[in-house]
Order: sequence, then C-alpha cells, then structure tokens
Amino acid sequence: MSEIDPGVVALEAADQISEPDGERELGRRRLRKEDARLVTGQTNWTDNIQFPGMVHMAVLRSPMAHARISRVDVSPALQRPGVLAAYSGRDLAEEQGALPCAWPVTADMKHPNHPPLAVDEVRYVGDGVAVVVARDRYAAADALEAIEVDYEPLPAVVDMEEALKDEVLVHSDLGTNRCFTWPFAGGDYDAARAKADVVVTRRFLQQRLIPTAMEPRSVVVAPIAAAGEYTVYSATQIPHILRLMLAMVTGTPEQKIRVIAPDVGGGFGSKLDVYAEEVLALVVAKRLGQPVKWTESRSEGYQATIHGRDQIQDIEVAAKSDGTLLGLKVDLMADMGAYLQLVTPGVPLLGAFMFNSIYKMEGYSFTCHGVFTTKTPTDAYRGAGRPEATFAVERIMDELAAEIGMDPMELRRKNWIRHDEFPYTTIAGLTYDSGNYEAATAKAIDLFDYDGLRREQEKRRADNDPVQLGIGISTFTEMCGLAPSRVLGSLSYGAGGWEAAAIRMLPTGKVEVVTGTAPHGQGHVTSWSQIAADALGVPFEDVEVIHSDTRAAPQGMDTYGSRSLVVGGVAVHLACQKVLDKAKRVAAHLLEAAENDVEFAGGSFSVKGSPEAKLSIQEIALATFASHNFPDGMEPTLNSDYVMDPENFSFPHGTHLCAVEVDTETGFVKIRKYVAVDDVGKVINPVIVEGQVHGGLAQGIAQALYEEALYDADGNLTTGTLVDYYVPTAADLPRFTTDRTETPATSNPLGVKGVGEAGTIASTPAVVNAVVDAVRPRGVVDVPMPCSPEHVWRALQQGGAK
Amino acid sequence: MTRIRTTVDGVRYEDDVEPRLLLVHYLRDRLGRTGTPVGCDTSNCGACTVHLDGRAVKSCTVLAVQADGAEVTTIQGLATNGEWHPVQKAFHERHALQCGYCTPGMIMAAVDLLRDNPTPSEDEVREGLEGNLCRCTGYQNIVDAVLQASGQEVRS
Repeated sequence: MSEIDPGVVALEAADQISEPDGERELGRRRLRKEDARLVTGQTNWTDNIQFPGMVHMAVLRSPMAHARISRVDVSPALQRPGVLAAYSGRDLAEEQGALPCAWPVTADMKHPNHPPLAVDEVRYVGDGVAVVVARDRYAAADALEAIEVDYEPLPAVVDMEEALKDEVLVHSDLGTNRCFTWPFAGGDYDAARAKADVVVTRRFLQQRLIPTAMEPRSVVVAPIAAAGEYTVYSATQIPHILRLMLAMVTGTPEQKIRVIAPDVGGGFGSKLDVYAEEVLALVVAKRLGQPVKWTESRSEGYQATIHGRDQIQDIEVAAKSDGTLLGLKVDLMADMGAYLQLVTPGVPLLGAFMFNSIYKMEGYSFTCHGVFTTKTPTDAYRGAGRPEATFAVERIMDELAAEIGMDPMELRRKNWIRHDEFPYTTIAGLTYDSGNYEAATAKAIDLFDYDGLRREQEKRRADNDPVQLGIGISTFTEMCGLAPSRVLGSLSYGAGGWEAAAIRMLPTGKVEVVTGTAPHGQGHVTSWSQIAADALGVPFEDVEVIHSDTRAAPQGMDTYGSRSLVVGGVAVHLACQKVLDKAKRVAAHLLEAAENDVEFAGGSFSVKGSPEAKLSIQEIALATFASHNFPDGMEPTLNSDYVMDPENFSFPHGTHLCAVEVDTETGFVKIRKYVAVDDVGKVINPVIVEGQVHGGLAQGIAQALYEEALYDADGNLTTGTLVDYYVPTAADLPRFTTDRTETPATSNPLGVKGVGEAGTIASTPAVVNAVVDAVRPRGVVDVPMPCSPEHVWRALQQGGAK
Repeated sequence: MTRIRTTVDGVRYEDDVEPRLLLVHYLRDRLGRTGTPVGCDTSNCGACTVHLDGRAVKSCTVLAVQADGAEVTTIQGLATNGEWHPVQKAFHERHALQCGYCTPGMIMAAVDLLRDNPTPSEDEVREGLEGNLCRCTGYQNIVDAVLQASGQEVRS
C-alpha cells in the first residue's frame, strides 16, 4: 500500500516547504523575545502582584456533590485574627449576579441560574459556598474552617445515561437534566445506509480530562473606590471578553473596568472562561475598597476550574464492501457538569462539522444531547469538540478497515478528498479551501518506515511475541481560526469572531503593534514582530507588541481556537498595509513624485526610474511626527488599525503515524515511534510551530495513555490532586519526528492556517489505533482511554475469552 | 515566631517567621523573590524548585525554618554578573519554554541534574527531570536544551 504513486511525487515537488529568502522575516527561525524574562524569573504572574493594603480571599467549597444549604454562619470566621470580612452566597445575592453562558445553542436550551456563590443548593463538589477575606493567605485559609454550614444531602448523579432518566434532577426547577438536543444533517444518511454492504457501529468514551495549565488561576482586583474604577488582573486567556462579562454580571459600567492579563502560564481552554472568583473578587473589592487577591491551590482548581471532554459517542459508519464510504451517523451525549460556563454547550457542537473529517460521503447525521450531572462544569479544552470528533472517525475507520479486511491507510486514501478537488464543500457544509492529504501522507509514510514496521509486526505476530507491535494512523483535519462572525451568529454564539490590530509608528521609526490577541505561551510577541517587520521593512528588534490590557490594547477577541495567527496575525499584516498606504502618500509628497510612481521595497520608498531618490519608512515616520511638510488634507499620522473578520475557517491537516509496543502480559504500552506531518499552511516561525506541535502531541497522547478524571458514585472527584491525576512527565513521552507540508490557505493574505490544537486533535486516535492494532489478533476491538496497563490488560482478558 | 537567618541569591536576611511558613511563600510573599512560582500543593510539579545549599529542593515542601542558616539560590540568582547560566541560554536557544511557568523550576532541576551527571544520556535527562511537569512543550526541547547545556550533540 505504501507504493507512492507518481502523481503524489509530482505533488511533492509542488509542495516544497518555502525557505525564507535572506531579507524576509516570514518563515525565519527567530528565537523568542518572550524568553529573556521567563528564563530569569523576571515575571509578572498574577499571584506575584502585591499592593499596599491588599487582602486575600479564600473560598469555602462544598464537600458534597448535591445538597440543600439550610444554614451558613460566617460569624465565627470573623473572630479569627486578621479576618476583615466573610460572606455567604445569600450575603452577596444582590451583587454577585450570575455567571454567563455566551452560547445558547438552541432556543429551548435549559440554562440554569449560576450564582458565583451558591445560595440555596450546591451541585458539585467544589461549588463555592462562602468567602473569607483576611490579611494574608494563611489567615484566610485558617478562617475557612470556622465557617459553619448545614447541608441537607440530595442524591448525586454522575453518569450521563442515569441523568437522562431524570430520576435525580441536578436543577429541580428545570424539570430535566437534558440541557439541549441539537440535530444536524448533511445529505441523506438513511438513503446512504440503505445502499451499504457493511455497517459498523461502535461506542467510544471520551473520558473527562483536567486541563492543568501549570499556572493555577489567580485574580487581583485593585479598586479606586471613590471613582468607582476597578483594575482586574487575572490569569485569563480572555481579558477583553472578561471585561465585558464582568460589567454585565455585576452592573459595573464597562468603561470603569480595566482588565489586564499579565504573564499567563498556559490555558489550553481552561482560562477561556468567566469564573466565580473573578466576579467575587470584584464584588468584595467594591465592598471593602481594598485590593483583593485570590489564587487557587492546585487541588482547589481541580474542582473549581473547568474540565474537558466527557462524551459518550455512538457512531455508525456505512460503506460498500470495497471500502467506499456512504455515510456516518453520530449520536453524542456530552456532559455539561452541574452548570453552563462560558461556552460549555457549544464545545461538542464544534465537533459536528468535523466527524466527516477529510472524507467524502453521501449522508451524515449528527445529534448531540447536552446533559447535566453533579460534577464540575466542562468547557473548552485544547481542541474543543474537534479532538472528540477526530478520535471517533479515525477509530471507526480502523474498525471498518478490519471489518472488510483492507489496509487502514488504503481505506483512507480511497475516501479522502483529493488535492485536485479543492475547494471542496463537505457533507457537513463547510468549504475546505485547500489541502493535500496525499503529500502529507507520503511524507509521513516515508519518515515512519511504514513497510518495515508492518513486517516487524507480522514477525512478532507469527512468533507470538509477548510484546506485540501496533501501528496507528490518524489522517485528520480541523477547523480553526475561529471565526467568521456570521457563521458564529448562525450557530447562536453570543459574539463575533473578528480580531483587531493597530500599528503605531513612533517618531524614532520604532514600531508598536497593538493586538487583541492574548498570548499565554504561544509567542505572539515574536511572531507578530516578524509579521510587522516583514510588512514594514523595519528590523525585527525595532518592533514591540502590546497586548492583554484593555486600556493599552482596547479592542480584542482574545486567544483560543487556534485563531490568533489566522485572525489576529493577519489583522497585524493588514494594519501594516494601511500604514504603508499612508506612508506612500507622504513619500510621494516629499519626493515630489506622483503616488503611482512611488515604490516600496526593503523598508524604503523610491521613485520608479530614479532609485537614488528614496526615503526610509523611519524617515517618513519622523517627517510625519513633525508634519512640517505634509500632504494637504492628510491627517498627520501613519498609525493605522484593522479589524479582521475572516471569510472562512482555516483547515490545517496532516498525517500522524504511531507505533506502539504493547506488553501483552502487563498491558504496558510504550510508544516506539511517532511521526507527525502537519500542513498548517504558510509558517511565520518554524521554531514556534514545532513547539506548538510537540505540546499538542503531548496532550493528545496524555488523553490516549495517561489522564482520566474520575468521580465516585457520590460525586467525589477521586483524582483531585496531581498525585492522583497523572500528567505525563519527560520520562513518559517519546521523541517526536515532526515535519510539514505547506499548502497555503487561500482565505487570508498570509496563507496561514493555525497550529495550536493540531497535535492534540491528531494524536489521540493515532495512539489508540496503534494500541488496538497491536492486540486485535487477540480478539480486542477496543481499549477504553486512557490505555493504561489495567485497561489494556482487561481488554486482553475479555478479548481472549471470545 | 521563629527567627531565621538565610542568604537568598547572595543577600542576607534575618526574619521572624511562623514555623509553618513554606519556604516558597517566604521567598515570594516576604522577600518579593517572585521568580519562583507555585504550581501545585502536592510537590508533584516542581515549578517551585530552588537550590538549598546547592541542591535542588521543591520549596513548597521545605519550611522556611528549615532554611535557617542555609544559602538559597533561585532562578533570579542563577546568572552571574549578568551572564546567563548555560542552562538558561540553552532553554532560550532550543525553544524549551512556551508559557514559562515551569521554566524556573525546570532550569534549577536541570542545573542540579548536570551537577550530578555532567554528560547525561537522553534517557537520563528524561528520568532526571521526572519530578518537573511541563504542560506546553512535550519536553522534547527541554531535553535537547539540557543536552546542549551539557556540551553534547543534540539529535534534532
């Protein structure tokens, strides 16, 4: 199967990675500007912030998954030394408002009230019940234990299928645990299925995951009480959205709130939210007129910060016996947890457009049921809906291949969209602008030694080796660059998907780039510097990037969904073009030439035909600052801004191949080789792109092999610390082989597609497919994630019993 | 309250502290040495790693009183005369950090690892840094940075 057809070889030639020429910043392997502070400890994490008179807030949390609150008495806490105040949910009921959900996915979606502190009822272990404010963090923690709370226990419901019986209601006032049912279809699935020779059905479980950004959440609110002004520092991915939401939730005028996300230590979606403690710190700072800080402990965060995934996926594929796909039917249950956070109900629906992946088919049917349980709310976690979809489709492609006795790569090749079929409108209605699955796959197979590993697999099988070899494939795409505002509107999302950028040309010729993105590890300062330096012809070192402060960078939609480069980076590029348009007019005036005769290259404007008459952009900037000799009627500034609303999503893709060794006696899985060939379009900085892929792979592999958030029947999180929830270490993960193909996106002028989530989306099915492939001859057709030694061993026992 | 005398990044301090005060909170909240962050409460993540008399410790599992009479080096005291330590340089050059939150602890642990084993193999680096979690990088560039800092050839 790995014979590479000549068409593909020809394609590869057309698909070479572009190397930057000497002058270009785009594509250059720049080291990061961000690093100097970070490697020397000169950081500004939210928890580092100290203000005179600053007090510390601690939150008392429910130890029960579900209970009536019959009494809260905070007064004993007030007797403790150093305690300034303590409040129950009832004390703050008038001010605390309700936490927002910005994505009412259906008109009849059940949207429970979500007070930052519970007033009458707690609905998950970790639900906030009261707060204490004290002079230091130790005193605040001590005083929590003095608060008296009487609970009347109510039954917990932790299992989605149990919850859908509506015997135990999480929110009795809603009358049901069904949050929504969201149907979607493309083509005619039933007609497609009627033509099928083979139908394969599977149930896959997406275990619950805990994002575990290394920096715990933290918030500081500094008030100027007399003026009613509040500066909110938060470890958040979304300073701009947070400002708007804090204004709406608390009734504070929006212009009186300034939100700053200082250094933010990772997010992965967990900081794409508006949290109870952000609202509570603001409410308490208003009451006390003093700066208030709250920082979660890791174990506290495991209860009080959103979780990810948690779906039951029933999937059915219909095909002809020759492997031609006919249709796909998906029925999802998605666990909302006890409440809806900012985009909780929308997360599984992002997957609705991705189950069909890169494949052509005639009919597609999708239904998702959102379900309330007495657990920590879920929300976006790296990939958000797309890893779940990609996992299910790539797993069932392997199952279909096994069913019809076809090589799994051959099955994919038979059904994917060919490179000459782009742009291609999929059965789910998205138009993929570009892609070249043949080229990425050919490169991956080459790097992987696919045939050699298949031979070794045959030998181990023949020898009945206790250590079996498995090969897993994931040919994936994703939709990112969230998002065209009109599409978001059609999906009932509460905001647009644009991004803002502004360029300030300083008198010295230096440049400030103001961006609405909110980086927390992605390296935007470096990449945006490259984009601006490339466009304006100024040195990389002369560019500064300003972000994540609603007063300094007032307009933005923040960072998530692999959107920052595709929307925000492109906005920087387009704002630079506006600067050049203005500068050209100034140059023409100063050079006494017609504007049409002025050319821009290498950072200088010159007159066609007389290259000696030239002005650098720095000279133009200074001349504009002085504006002594300036075009009539022109505003004396080069500064420009651009708000970019993308015309389409972007569609990175790639082929990931994984080889695992499975010890059939112990169930232990070792990754032997991992090859990732990603096509993320044009690349601004290959160093950063490789880093993003590595980190994404680690998180996807973590879901496949290591991580699982577990609850007992009473609704206690039994993996409530980093001791119990296993985040993989350097010793667990392999060396990755990464490479790229480069098929530019046609939907933006930089040809970029986004990379933040690709590795996570692709890797989980590649690993699990490899594990199942290793043990399939022993009767195993699935191993539930994570593929821990226990899960693999149990699957072997059950498979062997068949 | 207990009186302790410590030297932190070359500066001598004398303070009265509660016996229960964690070293990391003494560094951060009392001395303002906020380069050392806190990432967990179970000593799993290693973000708070510092050197206590030259050996790596997780400063969330050391009491401030245990540092009495000791010399503490944090990430902020690792450079000498403004010159970055080779491990700091290598982390920058190999793109071994993204959000940077684990970086202080990872670097301090790596310096200690190289003190014990100046030319570790890749597997020895991976095993040696097992007590430090990173959520961004997938570790590969961290491993390469440590190998580079040790003066060895790096595969990728």
